[in-house]
Amino acid sequence: MAGGPKAFGPPVFQKKKGLAPMLRFIFGRLAVLIPTFIGVSIIAFAFIRLLPGDPVMLMSGERVMSPEHHAELMHQLGLDRPMYIQYFDYLTGLLSGDFGSSIVTKRPVLEDFMNLFPATLELSLCAIIVAVVLGIPAGVLAAVKRGTWLDQSIMGVALVGYSMPIFWWGLLLIIFFSGYLGWTPVSGRISLMYFFPQVTGFMLIDSLISGQAGAFKSALTYLILPTVVLATIPLAVIARQTRSAMLEVLGDDYVRTARAKGLSPFRVIGIHALRNAMIPVITTIGLQVGVLLAGAILTETIFSWPGIGKWMVDSVFKRDYAVVQGGLMLIAAVIMIVNLVVDLLYGWVNPRIRH
Amino acid sequence: MKKLTTLLAATALASMMAGAAWSKTLVYCSEASPEGFDPGLYTGGQTFDATSRTAYNRLVEFKHGSTELEPGLAESWEVSADGKEYTFKLRKGVKFQTTEYFTPTRELNADDVIFSFERQYKEDNPWNKYVAGASWEYFAGMGFPDLIEKIEKVDDLTVKFVLKRPEAPFIANLGMDFASILSKEYADKLQADGKMELLNQQPLGTGPFAFVAYQTDAAIRYKANPDYWNGKQPVDDLVFAITTDAAVRAQKLKAGECHIMAYPNAADVAELKKDENLQVLEQEGLNVAYLAYNTLVPPFDKVEVRKALNMAVNKQAIVDAVFQGAATVAKNPIPPTMWSYNDAVQDDKYDPDAAKKMLEEAGVKDLKMKIWAMPVARPYMLNARRAAELMQADLAKIGVTAEIVSYEWAEYLKLSSAKDRDGAAIMGWTGDNGDPDNFLDTLLGCDAVGGNNRAQWCNKEFDDLMTKAKETSDVAQRTKFYEEAQVIFKREAPWNTIDHSLVVVPMSKKVSGFKMDPLGIHRFDGVDIAE
Repeated sequence: MAGGPKAFGPPVFQKKKGLAPMLRFIFGRLAVLIPTFIGVSIIAFAFIRLLPGDPVMLMSGERVMSPEHHAELMHQLGLDRPMYIQYFDYLTGLLSGDFGSSIVTKRPVLEDFMNLFPATLELSLCAIIVAVVLGIPAGVLAAVKRGTWLDQSIMGVALVGYSMPIFWWGLLLIIFFSGYLGWTPVSGRISLMYFFPQVTGFMLIDSLISGQAGAFKSALTYLILPTVVLATIPLAVIARQTRSAMLEVLGDDYVRTARAKGLSPFRVIGIHALRNAMIPVITTIGLQVGVLLAGAILTETIFSWPGIGKWMVDSVFKRDYAVVQGGLMLIAAVIMIVNLVVDLLYGWVNPRIRH
Repeated sequence: MKKLTTLLAATALASMMAGAAWSKTLVYCSEASPEGFDPGLYTGGQTFDATSRTAYNRLVEFKHGSTELEPGLAESWEVSADGKEYTFKLRKGVKFQTTEYFTPTRELNADDVIFSFERQYKEDNPWNKYVAGASWEYFAGMGFPDLIEKIEKVDDLTVKFVLKRPEAPFIANLGMDFASILSKEYADKLQADGKMELLNQQPLGTGPFAFVAYQTDAAIRYKANPDYWNGKQPVDDLVFAITTDAAVRAQKLKAGECHIMAYPNAADVAELKKDENLQVLEQEGLNVAYLAYNTLVPPFDKVEVRKALNMAVNKQAIVDAVFQGAATVAKNPIPPTMWSYNDAVQDDKYDPDAAKKMLEEAGVKDLKMKIWAMPVARPYMLNARRAAELMQADLAKIGVTAEIVSYEWAEYLKLSSAKDRDGAAIMGWTGDNGDPDNFLDTLLGCDAVGGNNRAQWCNKEFDDLMTKAKETSDVAQRTKFYEEAQVIFKREAPWNTIDHSLVVVPMSKKVSGFKMDPLGIHRFDGVDIAE
């Protein structure tokens, strides 16, 4: 950690004392959140209603509903009221923490979200950890060994990973590792033989809490393939981003100077260069986390992973207005928190950006 | 199967050490999450598989593997001479399930039956709107609000339904999932505790499997009901593993992670059949796919034109291309598995030359038309677009230019039933209750024009037969009426009947006692797994 002026390296400002500036930063960001939330709420509300069809009609399928019955149900659901009244109702509900109830399952949206979000979070965290732990060293290695066969292979693999259609890749892994070799289970979060109450919603934690023999190991084995599949694209993106950021930084004067000074390659690359290369890489990681949280739909479908991605997509098909609206707001909240954390991380990594 | 056996062995060891008896668990890979657990509120097959067929029973039941009815919770019934009163004698000593969340203190009686139905139509019943937007889809869809005059309790074990008019299909409707019998005692307790919504989350009935838990979007768990009136089940536990992708379901079945799977991809069936650990059961589904002409709009108001267009299309090619063998060409609007199917009816021959000539003779030249194709896969039509493309090519050969149009499913459903619809629409139907009325009157009756009758076809001769068939309970008579109706249908050709698809259920060879259900429901009572 920087502490005191350095003879070499980019100019470092004095580390500001106390929490106050950071708190001011956080509050400033929170203030901006309010208009952002309102904007998201309008988009969430409007977008689903712009789609043709309504949830009532879809409930009866091929069987055509009489217009009277249809009107009556729309009235029961409050969907025949003017748009601005429905929106106002929705907004006031949000402010009191009421995200409405699913038109299909009749359960509160927040309850379903809290049931399903931990699954998405657990998978996304595992995937991003794998992507970071493998992606950054791969990118650094490629940058340092630039132009060699190692660099070409790493970037080649990254390109393939990035271009891989997730559905196909997931199914391929299932057929090979689960079907043919029998090394991994096909789908789900844990073997059906285990049944225990959901405490945190994280299968890895809940299985440990349950104390049932073999449960944790089962949860771990069920995580392997979905994590690999979900981590593939972020890994590729992070590796490529790290490589290009490193290449830029490795060409800087201060790095040449540090080398000339006789610092070990590890210190030069791993500490001086990497620290400065991390800014664009952290941005990338932040964006990938956002993508993962909101978009694990394909992986969730293939691996029967009961998370929010699939929940959201199904609700669009069913025109389940409450779930689409509430779900979008909740996901937006999560992403905004992630962005906040990423911004704070910048400050830690590069004191010049500290607030 | 080695994986499951290993896991079973491990569990056996673990539970033996815990002092419990080893439990036999049947695992079913289902295709979607249940919408809820109150069968009256929903229409999804996956919901019925998960609720009405496991936890509940009905007054009458469909015989396992057929559309014939047999006594269920009612051990006998009588129909009055005028066909308007149905009196059911309930079975004595039927117990409701005991679960962690409820212990019944009495057996099934007439109050439970009356409650199960009245909640679906009496607006002053506290359960009528117990959840927001509660809509009793099938109750309304089968016309019960206009049909039922009242339901009377004659005594503790006798219930009388009084109808406003005779309706022979009524008895078959009582075998449907929405007519499941719930426990009034349980409902009263939930109401007293202020937890009415739990009726839709924790079902409680008289059925073969008692609900244990639902892990959202992941799994549903049941325990065999030890007090089941029709005998305890061969398996101890039942688990639904919700696996929405069909290819993954097939992989799970092959890996032994589930014993039975729902709805395989047509392309996977051949490979599953070759697997020596699996058996694949098939049966013609109670469904039909058809192309409905708009008989109100010229030139489709002319029978000769409709007939000519029928003769121009090679239906066998469509069935081969779209279903890869998992369907048969349809000639009647009802499937062959349904009673009163008229096999004597001759289908329109595939004869493009004759078709061309017929069109010319009808005075139709350079016909341009639209073919509506649905965007989603349905059980009766796996790929409407593909079918439409083949039709388009066939029609081009006789000088008809067809344009394929499609809309998003919700919109398609709405727009295709409009009276002024421009074009012929591909549509289909899966039977609800095994009664021919459910197909013929629902889809082709005059009352259904502008609604389910997508051909907008109203034929007095046909409609009169429908009414006559409803008014008598004599099956032989009804059969004659429906057979005649099919002859009229073929003569007038409001549709081109395309196919009846097969329902396919692949399962492990260790499974025994599973019977295909023509209604497409997956039933697990009586199913056993060999060791």
